[in-house]
Amino acid sequence: MQASPAVVTGTLNGSHPQRNYARRYWMFAVPAAVVVAGVILFPWVFTLVMSVFEWKVSGNIYFVGVRNYLHLVQDSRFQWAVIRTLYFTALAVIFPMILGMWAAVCFSSNFKGRGLARTLFILPMMATPVAIALVWTMMFHPQLGVLNYLLTVVGLPPASWVYQADTVIPTLVMVETWQWTPLVMLIVLGGIAGLPVDPYEAAIIDGASGWQMFRFITVPMVWPFIIVAAVMRMIDALKTFDTIFVITNGGPGTSSETINMLLYQTAFGYYDLGYASAQVLVFFAIIMVISVGLLRVRRMERWQ
Amino acid sequence: MSDLLGAKGGVAVKSPHMVRKPIRAVGPYRLRRAIGRIGLYLSVIFLISPAILFFFWMFSLSLKTELANTAYPPVFIPNPVTLVNFIKVFAENDFLSYTINSVIVSFSATGLALLLGVPAGYGVAKTKANKAAVLILIARVTPGLSYLIPLFLIFQWLGMLGGYLPQIITHLVLTVPIVVWVMIGTFEALPVELEEAALVDGCNIWQAFRFVSVPLAKPGIVVGMILSFIFSWNNFIFGVVLAGRTTRTLPVAVYNMLTFEQISWGPLAAAALVVTAPVLLLTLLMQKEIVAGLTAGGVKGG
Repeated sequence: MQASPAVVTGTLNGSHPQRNYARRYWMFAVPAAVVVAGVILFPWVFTLVMSVFEWKVSGNIYFVGVRNYLHLVQDSRFQWAVIRTLYFTALAVIFPMILGMWAAVCFSSNFKGRGLARTLFILPMMATPVAIALVWTMMFHPQLGVLNYLLTVVGLPPASWVYQADTVIPTLVMVETWQWTPLVMLIVLGGIAGLPVDPYEAAIIDGASGWQMFRFITVPMVWPFIIVAAVMRMIDALKTFDTIFVITNGGPGTSSETINMLLYQTAFGYYDLGYASAQVLVFFAIIMVISVGLLRVRRMERWQ
Repeated sequence: MSDLLGAKGGVAVKSPHMVRKPIRAVGPYRLRRAIGRIGLYLSVIFLISPAILFFFWMFSLSLKTELANTAYPPVFIPNPVTLVNFIKVFAENDFLSYTINSVIVSFSATGLALLLGVPAGYGVAKTKANKAAVLILIARVTPGLSYLIPLFLIFQWLGMLGGYLPQIITHLVLTVPIVVWVMIGTFEALPVELEEAALVDGCNIWQAFRFVSVPLAKPGIVVGMILSFIFSWNNFIFGVVLAGRTTRTLPVAVYNMLTFEQISWGPLAAAALVVTAPVLLLTLLMQKEIVAGLTAGGVKGG
């Protein structure tokens, strides 16, 4: 950093001072580029390399070609993790999207206490994930948990929450929805804030209902924002780690073991780094394919 | 991928959903508006109550005695209010030193990110190198674990595992992209005239950056600083792998309480509150800046 002034204080030469400036501005990005290369690009390359090796922390390192990838194809534990991840992600996108759009419409209206309400609403996504996961864990307690108490108060039978294979993923989706609906709300709200008022005035004169205005004016006009929110939500849902790790650690059994959880087990439970690297690359490919697919949807909508 | 850049929106100032003009201020319209108003308030209450109930319960658990915490039906309002859980967290679980660890790691990671990211954002904005922005998006898409495996190996080879430095360096994965991201937007939005005037008056480009652009970009720098601090503070996965017994950050410490302690809810809830309190306070105080920064990229750490 301190070297930068010395580097850029060369005198202007000749007839294109503007162009010389423009060319020198990249110097500002050099220190960050070095760091990014070190902590982001280098790990990528290294992961690629490791994925074709048998690479155990205990010492055995030798080249195995695509064997790790072949292993992946046959590994039913990994395949189940993929299915679980997709199931979790689908639910953890749909619910926050619906609630987030609803919240965005609400928070775009002017009402008393809007600022405070919005602040309270975004607290879940700012709070430390481990801390909130811990409190959820206590709330899910089968006998003493407050959630089962609340269910009995309204006359429902107690639920098994994260303690049974068939309810664990929906329960984790509930936590995820609680935590990340605010981000969807903020992105969509950003879109709504930029909308013109005229179409709504015209619609009101024509006697449109609130739902009709939402469906036929708001949604089409903020569609790009909705897609961005969906892509962001999807990437985050695929990558969810902290809350699942703390609340269930993949359990009971392996019934909430998503790709990320299995990845952690493979890398830092079994220290099988070569195989974990292959899993990372497949995981990344899945994320990219789904993101690009969703962005395609956005472009298609634009053509219409 | 650069389509993701489209999410540049500000804080909602004025909205079409609040068209307030009384176009037909007659009976049925008024009634409809009143119903709409009630619906709006009910919706807002429905939407924010999960957050309120959750944090209320967190406070409640942390302020109750062990007896009240294991009572059934649950006790909602702490009576008597006790601070014994917080005292336990600091006296028996050494949370003071974990807090210091968290401060060291987050402040260093944020400081370094600003030192690197502010000039980088400026450089990218000036050269209009949009490919650099795509790289940052890829960093956002990548799962944190995929950085961790190679970096873990490197730090192990170098014998650095357990120290502060591996944690700080790894946290740069979170903090540098967000700072660069926010700064690109900030510098692009600045008027070029002042800078050009400075250059004409004989400043070199470093001086124009340091004495003209950086002061103008202060609001953006604050946004980048807050977000990068929050991402770093909240991070768990890097610490759980890289930290040693004495260099644990707060999220790792609180997780260890869950796994190694006899489960007792009061101290656990108190610890959780201690971990997340700084972030919640920051959110309450700097809500506008945080919202502006987050909507600029829809970014989240980890």
